[in-house]
Amino acid sequence: MNGDLKVALVGNPNTGKSTLFNILTGLNQKIGNFPGITVDKKTGNCRLSDGRNAVIIDLPGTYSLYPKSKDETIVFEVLADKNNDVHPDLVIIVSDASNLKRNLLLYTQVADMKIPVVIALNMMDLARKSGTHIDIDALSTRLGVQVVPISARQGENIEKLKEAIQFSSAIPLQNETIKVESIAPGLISKIQEELLIDHPYAALQLAHQHENLRFLSSQESDRIEEIEQEFSFHSQKAQASETIERYNFINSVLKETVRQETNAVSETVSNKIDKVLTHKVWGFLIFFVLLFVIFQSIFAWSEYPMSLIESLFVWLTESAHNVLPPGVLTDLLTDGVIAGLSGVLVFIPQIAILFAFISVLEDTGYMSRVTFMLDKVMRKVGLSGKSVVPMIGGLACAVPSIMSTRNIENWKDRMITIMVTPLVSCSARLPIYTVLISLVVPDKKVAGLINLQGVALMAMYVISIITAIFVAWVMKYLLRAREKGYFIMELPVYRLPRWDNVLLTMYEKVKTFVVEAGKVIIAISIVLWVLATYGPPGKHAAIEKKYSSAEYINKYSPDELELHRSSELLETSFAGVIGKAIEPAIVPLGYDWKIGIALITSFAAREVFVGTMATIYSVNNDDSHISSVTDKMRQARNPETGLPVFTLASSFSLMIFYAFAMQCMSTLAVVYRETKSWKWPLIQFAYMTALAYIASFIVFNLLK
Amino acid sequence: MKLSQLRPGQTGIIKEFTDLEMSIKLMEMGCLPGESIVVERFAPLGDPMAITVSGYQLSLRKLEASTIILH
Repeated sequence: MNGDLKVALVGNPNTGKSTLFNILTGLNQKIGNFPGITVDKKTGNCRLSDGRNAVIIDLPGTYSLYPKSKDETIVFEVLADKNNDVHPDLVIIVSDASNLKRNLLLYTQVADMKIPVVIALNMMDLARKSGTHIDIDALSTRLGVQVVPISARQGENIEKLKEAIQFSSAIPLQNETIKVESIAPGLISKIQEELLIDHPYAALQLAHQHENLRFLSSQESDRIEEIEQEFSFHSQKAQASETIERYNFINSVLKETVRQETNAVSETVSNKIDKVLTHKVWGFLIFFVLLFVIFQSIFAWSEYPMSLIESLFVWLTESAHNVLPPGVLTDLLTDGVIAGLSGVLVFIPQIAILFAFISVLEDTGYMSRVTFMLDKVMRKVGLSGKSVVPMIGGLACAVPSIMSTRNIENWKDRMITIMVTPLVSCSARLPIYTVLISLVVPDKKVAGLINLQGVALMAMYVISIITAIFVAWVMKYLLRAREKGYFIMELPVYRLPRWDNVLLTMYEKVKTFVVEAGKVIIAISIVLWVLATYGPPGKHAAIEKKYSSAEYINKYSPDELELHRSSELLETSFAGVIGKAIEPAIVPLGYDWKIGIALITSFAAREVFVGTMATIYSVNNDDSHISSVTDKMRQARNPETGLPVFTLASSFSLMIFYAFAMQCMSTLAVVYRETKSWKWPLIQFAYMTALAYIASFIVFNLLK
Repeated sequence: MKLSQLRPGQTGIIKEFTDLEMSIKLMEMGCLPGESIVVERFAPLGDPMAITVSGYQLSLRKLEASTIILH
C-alpha cells in the first residue's frame, strides 16, 4: 500500500460509511479483491493538509466483530493481522448519532483491539431532529478518543475529521471498556502467552474465530482448540456475557453524555410512510407500479444510447476497414475484437439505469421494506425477500441483476438467486421471440381484442418466470446452507436519495462490468470469429474461386454475390462443420444444421441468432430487413422431405430452447466474477442447457 | 409471553431468550434483557414483523421473535 497512513472505516450498515468514503477519496478509488473471498476491497487516497497521503480502506458494514456472514470475517482479519496489507494504523468508527447505543457496541470491540481509534459521529442532523443531545466533549473524555460530529450527506465537518486523522496518535489511547480477562479467565492469558498476542481481546476473539481465520496456521488453530478444551470454553456463552457487559458499559457512558427528549420525529414520519408503503393493498400496488416504471425505463431510456453505441461501433468498424490495409489482422480486429467490445459496451446504458434505480431504492430505505414485504413468499421457494429486485431486473438483463445480488448476505439465498436469474427472459431474447412468433403464430385477434401473437409472447415470459421459481425451489433442497439464515434486519428511517452517490454507483458498476466481463467476452468473441471465418483447408479457396469466376460475377449483382459468398463460406467454416456435427443431437428438437450454426454463434449472445439466420439465409442484416429474414425462414425447406423447416413445433421448440439455455457469455463472465470460481458458471451452463434440451424435446414432440 | 404473540401497538419488556445462538444476534442488535419493545407492524403476509427497540426499527421473522420471552 502506497501511503503514509492507513485508515480503515469501520461501522454498522446504514451509517453512511460509504458516503463518507466517497467524500474522503472522491474518484481516487480502487476496487480490488481480498484474496480468496467475495468481498470488494475498496481503497482510496485522501490528502491531508500536512501533505501526507492517507490510504482509506472501506471495510464491510457490520454490527459486531463476531461475523454473521463469511464476508464479515474480513473486518476482524484486517484488524487482527498485522501482516495484512491493509492492516490500519488508525480506525475511524463511523457511528449513527441517532442510534448511538447499538453503534457503540462495535466501537467497544474495536477499541479493545488496541488500535488507535477516532469516532466519526455521523447523521448529527438526524440526531438533533429526533431530540438526541450528545455532549461531544464528555463522550470524548469518557472514552479517551477523539469524537468528531459530522454529517456526511451535507459534507459537514469533513475538514475536522481530516484534522483528527492528521493529529491522531500512533499509539492507542482509548480508555478501558470492560474487563476482558474476566470473560474467560486463564484461557485468554494462555493464548496470549503461547501465540504471542499483545492484547487480551484479540486473544479472546481468536478463541471464538480461529476456525475461520486464514492468517492462522493450522498448528496455531489446533493449539487454540486444545487450550479451549482445557478451560472448557463455551463460545456462545462467552459471547453472550461479553455482549451484556459491553452494553452495561455503554449504558453507563450514555447516561453521562446523552440526553434524549421524548418522541423521535423522524421515526414517526417514517412510521407514517410505512403505513402506506407496507400496506396490505397499497404496499403491493405501489411496489408493482414502481417495478413497471423501472422496467419500462430500462427499455425506453436505454434504447437511444444503445443504438448510439451500436452506430458508433459500425462507424468504428468501417473506419478501421478504410484506414487499415485489408487482411486477416484487420478482420480479426474489426469482426473479432471490435464486435466483441460492442457486445460488452452496448449493455452499459441498461446497467447504469438499473443501478441508478437500485441505488435510489437502497438509499431511501425502500429496499428493506420490499424485502420485509416479500420475505415470506420468497422463503417458500428457497429465496429471500432480497431476491426480488435481481429477478425482476433479469427481465431487462441478467448481467446487472447478478451484480446486484451483493445485497443478499446469506450465501445460499444469494447463490440460488444468481443461479435462477438468467432463466428470467431478458431483453436479448425478445428479437428471437418476435421473429419466430411472427413466423408461426397468425396475426389474428381473438374475441375482437386479444392478439394471438401478443399472447404467445406473454406466455414465453410467464413460462420463464415460473421456471425460475421452480428451479429455485429445487435448489433449496440441493444446496447446503453455510450459515443459518437470519432475518434480523434494521429498517432504516426513510431518507432522500443522495444523487452524487447514485452517479458514483452507476459509474462504479459500469466500470466493473466493462473491465471484468469485458476481458472474457473479447476472448470468446475472438474464438467465435476464428470458428466462423476459417474452415478445413481447401474448401474455402474453392468457394472464393467459384465466386470470382466470370460466370458468377455476371449472374449476380455485387451485393448479392457477396451475400451468397459469405453464406457459403459460413457453411464450410468450422462453425458450419460443428453445426453439421451436432445435427444428430438437435434433430430430435426439430432443428437442422443451419439452426445448429446459429446455436453455436449465439453462444456469445442470444441476439446474434437473428444476425446468423440472416447470414445463413442470405439476406441483408439490418433491422429494415427483419421481415425478409422471416420470409426466407418461412421458405426454408428440408432438402430431403421438402417440408418447411420452421413449423409451429420447431419454432416453439426453438423459443423454449432460447428461453432456458445459457446462451450468454456476458452472464457467465459476471457469474464467474461474482462467485470467484468457475464451478458455478459451469453448473449453471450445464443445468440450463440440459433443461433447455429436455424442454425443447418435449415441446417439439407435443406439437409435432 | 413471547414477542411473536404481541399485536401491533403493544409493548413488552425483554425477560430472557430461549435460544442461545439467536440471543447473541438479537443482543448485538440491541434486544437486551430489560429493554422495552414496541411492535410496530406485521408484513402484509403476516411475517416477518417490525419492532422498535433501543430507538430504532428492527425487522425479524416470527420464528426468531418467538425466542424472545417478555415479562
